[in-house]
Order: sequence, then structure tokens, then C-alpha cells
Amino acid sequence: MKQLLANPVLVKEIKLRFRSLKSFTGILFYLIAMCIFVFGFIMLTTSFTGTGYFRPEESFFMFAMLSYIQLGLILFITPGLTAGAISSEREKQTLNILLTTSQTSFQIIFGKLTSSIAFLLLLVVAGLPIYSLVFLFGGVSPGQLGIIFLFFFLTMLAIGGIGIMYSTIIRKTIVAMIATYGTMIFFTAVTGFIYLVITGMNSMAAGTLASSPIAHFFASINPVVLMLTLISPGSDSFITESTKVDLPIWIGYTIFYICITVFSIFIAVKKLRVNMKRTR
Amino acid sequence: MIEIKGLTKKYGSFYALNDLNLTLEEGTVFGFVGANGAGKSTTFSILATLLQPTSGDAFVNGKSVKNDAHEVRKQIGYMPDFFGVYDQLKANEYLDFYGASYGISEKEREVLIPQLLELVNLSHKRYDYVDLLSRGMKQRLCLARSLIHDPKVLILDEPASGLDPRARVEMRDILRQLKGMGKTILISSHILPELAEMCDEIGVIDGGRLIAHGSVADIQAQLAGEKQITVKLKGLLENAVQFFEEDPFVSKVELEVDKNSITFHYRGSEEDQINLLRKALDHSLKIISFSETETDLEDVFMEITKGVK
Repeated sequence: MKQLLANPVLVKEIKLRFRSLKSFTGILFYLIAMCIFVFGFIMLTTSFTGTGYFRPEESFFMFAMLSYIQLGLILFITPGLTAGAISSEREKQTLNILLTTSQTSFQIIFGKLTSSIAFLLLLVVAGLPIYSLVFLFGGVSPGQLGIIFLFFFLTMLAIGGIGIMYSTIIRKTIVAMIATYGTMIFFTAVTGFIYLVITGMNSMAAGTLASSPIAHFFASINPVVLMLTLISPGSDSFITESTKVDLPIWIGYTIFYICITVFSIFIAVKKLRVNMKRTR
Repeated sequence: MIEIKGLTKKYGSFYALNDLNLTLEEGTVFGFVGANGAGKSTTFSILATLLQPTSGDAFVNGKSVKNDAHEVRKQIGYMPDFFGVYDQLKANEYLDFYGASYGISEKEREVLIPQLLELVNLSHKRYDYVDLLSRGMKQRLCLARSLIHDPKVLILDEPASGLDPRARVEMRDILRQLKGMGKTILISSHILPELAEMCDEIGVIDGGRLIAHGSVADIQAQLAGEKQITVKLKGLLENAVQFFEEDPFVSKVELEVDKNSITFHYRGSEEDQINLLRKALDHSLKIISFSETETDLEDVFMEITKGVK
């Protein structure tokens, strides 16, 4: 583990990222936006009710909104951070030199991915003090927050992996970025749409709802849907009812996104260098 | 140290390299000469494990670039013709990053980096950002980078390209020092006379084929056995032109009136050359000097690649 974290690419990327003013201004504006939302919400709620206090239900609603904002942030920023990881090295003509070092392809890909994920984690963790206001007003358990953060981590890992994979196999950063955003839109919007179409067609064709594992699969891999079930446990019953598949969607989500991560990293490692034998 | 066997690289029907064979002993400084697109960079890219050959193989210290690329990378220091640097990274950090990439421990790097910066005359730029260095300094820093893991073989693809005359001289001095260290160096350049100065062997590549290989003297001797002779005279230039044109070993006689001299190609032996001079004196030509003109490598290159497709 120590050896993995002493990865030269990881150390260099972190060093470069935190020397850039962009990173700090990014965190600053993100936190300002979060603060405006949270304090604005508290002010509006207390003014509207006229009671002058903030109830646990409202605190829970704020938690849900904050979590969706962070999910949006992860879905929006991760492709931007990872889709240029390798292709920008190629464009800057630094990749060839890097590839002639004795670092393995896995070390390079791992360094690139973890440095991007590390920055995202910093963004998420930097927002924790704002999240802590939720605990101040009650309505949310720390365990729930922990699960949400695990979900964030898995999601950023998978999207990050996809970004790195596209960055490796596509020469131009802009094209790799479009491909990553396209894939992300597929997972967040198209899968939900397919789920709705399949369940809708099922109910219209049979009159009653028939079992539809495909619809369940598409619902399972949608991060927005999983987020909903994590925020309000028990809300996944509508998916069980509409698809007649009694499997918690977080299981499908976890398996699918772990597979996606492993597959993307595998492809990136394989395609980074020319296909010579025993090119580790 | 380096053995290239039947190396071929094809892009569709185009041969970037065509059956290249070459063997270099340890400590050799080999100059690769060729026009743009001749196949120099392709050869170097294959040796640096960045490109897979269509057929054939190359061996660095007995390790195949196809089958043992990871081991080959440990043996070579590669400097490409075009390269970029990372923004916001200082010169010592730049070397530190690549040192770590070669698995050199932090303690060793702390000792190595000042030595390398000293070698390339960049000690005073140690804490400067790499992207703000001049082109020549970046080239020297890249050379230091390629030396960080003490490779046995250096592959330098046009290391002096785009440099001003002063930077070229500095680069040449560093390369001489490396030659003195016993490194096997493969270097390509368009500055051919510079290669002649520092290389033990020269290879001329054209259209993906190695068309000449040997020592600088050997290559010059391949110029169809011809030498160029310049004769400086006092008066009677037209007579002299006629006299030299009549000699069976003389060709391409050129008269330079303003310099009072005649230049011609001569393919006779040394004895024939002595006889020619004797006959010219007997012919009452007032010869001030009679000398062979040194053929530089550019002439050799132009002559060898003439008509090669």
C-alpha cells in the first residue's frame, strides 16, 4: 500500500494540481455555492414558517438536496478531471518520455486515476463542515451519511476509470471528454428513460406488471435512482413492484460499477503502451 | 550492445523502415544521418519500445525490444526530437520525478540530481520552473533526465535541433563528456559535420533503408573513390582548364576567375596525381598551390543519397 501511494505519477500530479490556482478557486467557489444554498435554505425555511426554528424534516430535505448537489458535482467534474489524464500528456508531448521509464502501465494509470479521485475526495470532504449543519438540526444518521459517501466514492471511481480509459484509447482530449460525458449521461438519464419505457410497455401489454429483470438492471445502474433509495430507505419498493424483481438495487449498482471500474482500468493499462510481449 | 536484425516498419503499403540491420559495440558513438522521413525517428522509437516493428527485432544488451521491453527501458536513456515539459514543476523536481519513475531511492536522488544538473550546466537553474527555461536549457535538462538511471545506451533524436549556435556547442561538449564516460550513444542530427566530429560510426538512412554504414573515413571513401582538387594559379587560366580537361582521370572542371583557381574531381591514384602535377609544371602552368579539398559529411550525404528512392 505504501508503495502504491509512493507512486511517482500520483505524487507529481498532486504536486502540480495544488500549485495551480485553478484548484483552489474551484474549491472556493464550490464551498461558496454550498454555503449560499445551505444558509439560504435555512433562512427561507425559518422565514416562511415564521416559527424561527428549523425542524428535523426540513433538515432531512436539506441533506437530500445537498447530496444531490454533490452527486451532480461528481458526475460533472470527474470526466473533466480524468478524460484528459493521458491524452493531455500525449498532446503536451510528455507521454513518450513517461512511457520509456521503468514504471509499469498499471502504475501510471493508477497514479493518474488516484490523483484525480484524491482531488474529488478533497472537494467532497471540504464540504463536510457544511454537511455537519444537518446533524445540528437532526433528521439524518451518521451511518446514512457514511453510506452516501461510499456511494459517491464508488461512482467517482467508476466514472474516473471510464475517463482514463477513453483518455488512453482516444488521442484527443476533447473527444475523450465528450465520450466520457456521453457515457455519464447514458448512465444517469438514458438508463432511467429505458427503465420507464420497459416498465410502461410491460404494464400496457399485460395489463398487470410482469417480471422484468432488464428494467430492474437499468434502474440499478442509475446513480440518481440509487441515491433516492439511499436517502429514503424503503423507497426502492416502487422498483421491486414495477419490475417484480426482489433484489436491492444497491447490490446491482455495486457489482456493475466495480466491474466497470476494473474493466476500464484493464483496458487503459493494456492500451497505454504498444502491444509488446511482457510489457508490464 | 545493440543489434538490429531485419527491422521493418510498415504503415499500410508504405515502408518507414525496410529490413534494417545494424550492430553496434559497447561504447560506440553512432551517428544516424538521413533526411526528414528517412526512418531515423522510427528506428529510435522502436529501440525506445514506443513502437512495435512489423517484422524483425532489435536487441539492447541482449534484451529484445519486442519480448523484453521492460528490461530494455532500464538500459536506455531516450531523448525524443520533440518533447514537452510539465508546467509548474521545478528543474530539480522534474529530475526527481523521473528518478522516482526509474525506482531510484530518495537518498540516491538527492545525490544524483545536483550532479546531473552540474553535468548539463544547469545548477543555477535548479529551482526554476521547467516551462520557463529556454529551449537550449530544456534540451540539456532532458538530456540530464535521460541519464538519471545511468543507462548504458543513450538514444538521442536530434538533440541539437532548434538550438542557437552557442547552445549547440554546449550540447556537443556534454555529448563529448558522455562519450568519455563510455556510454553507447545513438544520435541523429541534421548538422552532419557535428556528427563527424564526435561519432565513431555513421549510418546513412534513406527511404527506410540503411544505405551506408561505417566509420566517417569509410563513408567518405565510399564517394566512388573521387577526390576534389583545387589548383591556384597565376595567369593562363584558360590554358590550365584545357590542360586539366584533357587528363583522363579529371572530371567536372570548374574555373573560378576571381579566385584565380580551378577545381576538379580526380579519380586517379596518388601516383597519377603526382604525375599530373609534374606534367602541369612541365606545361608551364604557374601553380601557386595544388591541394585536395576536404570533403565534408554533407557532401558525402548528398552524394550517397543521390538517386536513392
